[in-house]
Amino acid sequence: MDAGINKSSRRSHKQIRMEVAFRRMLMMIAIVMVILVLGIMLTLTIESIPSIKSLGIKYLWGKTWDPVNNVYGAYPFLIGTLLTSFLALIISIPFSFAIAIYLGEYNSKGWLSNFLKNTVELIAAVPSVIYGFWGLIVLVPLVRELEMKFNVLPYGIGIFTSSIILAIMIIPYAASMGREVIKMVPSNLKEGAYSLGATRYEVIKNIILPYTKSGLFAGILLSLGRALGETMAVTMVIGNTSLLPTSIFSPGNTMASVIANEFTEADHTVYLSALIELGLVLFVVTVIINVIGKSIIKRFAND
Amino acid sequence: MNVHVKYRVGKSRLIQACIVMLAFLITIPLFAIIVYIFKEGITKINWTFLTKIPKPVGETGGGIVNALVGSLSLVLVASIIAIPISILCGIYLSENKTSRLSYWSRLAVDVLQGVPSIVVGIVVYFWIVKPLGTFSAFSGSIALAIMMLPIMIRSTEETLKMIPSSLKEAGLALGLPYHKVILKVILPCGVSGILSGILLSIARVAGETAPLLFTAFGNPFLNTNMLKPMQSLPLIIFNYATSPYDDWHDLAWGAALVLLFIVLSLNIITKLITKRWNVQL
Repeated sequence: MDAGINKSSRRSHKQIRMEVAFRRMLMMIAIVMVILVLGIMLTLTIESIPSIKSLGIKYLWGKTWDPVNNVYGAYPFLIGTLLTSFLALIISIPFSFAIAIYLGEYNSKGWLSNFLKNTVELIAAVPSVIYGFWGLIVLVPLVRELEMKFNVLPYGIGIFTSSIILAIMIIPYAASMGREVIKMVPSNLKEGAYSLGATRYEVIKNIILPYTKSGLFAGILLSLGRALGETMAVTMVIGNTSLLPTSIFSPGNTMASVIANEFTEADHTVYLSALIELGLVLFVVTVIINVIGKSIIKRFAND
Repeated sequence: MNVHVKYRVGKSRLIQACIVMLAFLITIPLFAIIVYIFKEGITKINWTFLTKIPKPVGETGGGIVNALVGSLSLVLVASIIAIPISILCGIYLSENKTSRLSYWSRLAVDVLQGVPSIVVGIVVYFWIVKPLGTFSAFSGSIALAIMMLPIMIRSTEETLKMIPSSLKEAGLALGLPYHKVILKVILPCGVSGILSGILLSIARVAGETAPLLFTAFGNPFLNTNMLKPMQSLPLIIFNYATSPYDDWHDLAWGAALVLLFIVLSLNIITKLITKRWNVQL
């Protein structure tokens, strides 16, 4: 009898110890996530110190990038990144809003909307290197023909081509976010408007869009974050030149594509460090955009 | 009056037609890409293609077995690293909804999800490649694992949050220790949601190129040593597609078809799982 009690109490003792260990482990993993992100930030900062020290803040305004003569200016890449991303955003917004309105309001059930929803999800699933390859072989000749019609130098590759590819790639993000928020519009608001005799378009314009404004904006921010950091597809079709782009049809480079192209070739400290500083800028900008976008969405969902 | 109503209804219909048209235009690029890659790739795929390594420029034939084996090992090792961490982190976040640590941890996961993949590549280069002194498949797996974490953590957290707390309370009331309640009661209930998160993140990293550029690096030969550079499907597509040689383009088309097939099937399987068990992601 005694032995039995001893045995079971020993066993429960062991269980309690296991339980405490398990809780500790969970907590530790959660701490590891925070450390991981801090570590990423720290590594990028430390490794860009040589370039920050020797080039200073004018690094961001310098117009020439000439590693051979040790001149580093990130301005062409900042412009390249901003141009491609915003152009892609402008191209993608009509499509993503149309998808969001169609799936959220016009037709939220049935096989046709399921088909569209799955298509949008698969668009997001296609690897970026495949977009790049397809763009290089199919889109570049098309753009070249277009450029010949406009009487600009027919490079084919360049900022415009990258923006089209990017636009296709980011449509799903704004579209699915938009669909979620449009579905959250209270139906009594819509029904009220309908009962007053509003047409469907008037309901969308006067009820749904004002109500979901902030959510739709967050969706745009999240897709902007995607566009800024996208590397492979852009690298393959942008032309990779360090000159300042003169028009939307000229070849250029983005921050991410410069890193992808030159990182393994960087043969001295300042060169490498200048590339990492680009990565740091990219990291900070995308993190800020993402965190703002997510906090808007959270506030929207809680209201 | 009547004219005005007609005008408003007509305008509404017109705009609806425009929106429907714009919305369905998105199907064109997807099907254009799938059809084009299928057309170009299917003629290149045969037994040699799947079992031989690439030939040097100028010789026809050759295959991509090094990239297939490489992708498989990279993703496998990445999953082995990332799955336990993300399930545990997901459990923590779903169990501690309001603690200060979970606020910061959740923020970290959000940040991690937005980090551009090329930045992950840079960081892992400094963490692993530089100390070891060589590009290696292992460092590539670490980079992929970092990309997998946020997706899996999110899906685990969301799935576990929806499991009724009465289940957990019943387990605890019967005297089960906490870890057994979590591992034997809660986790099995959420297995389909967690599984779809795992598949989704595998599909995402299987096509990632940017984090591998400075880590796994690529290798023209068949290699199974995790401490040596390794080829992968996305890398071989990038390297061969941007090369000027037609033979290499052919290999790249075949590899693109294989990669697209793998990624899209994983996505469709995930879809079926979520539909079958009614999971919300």
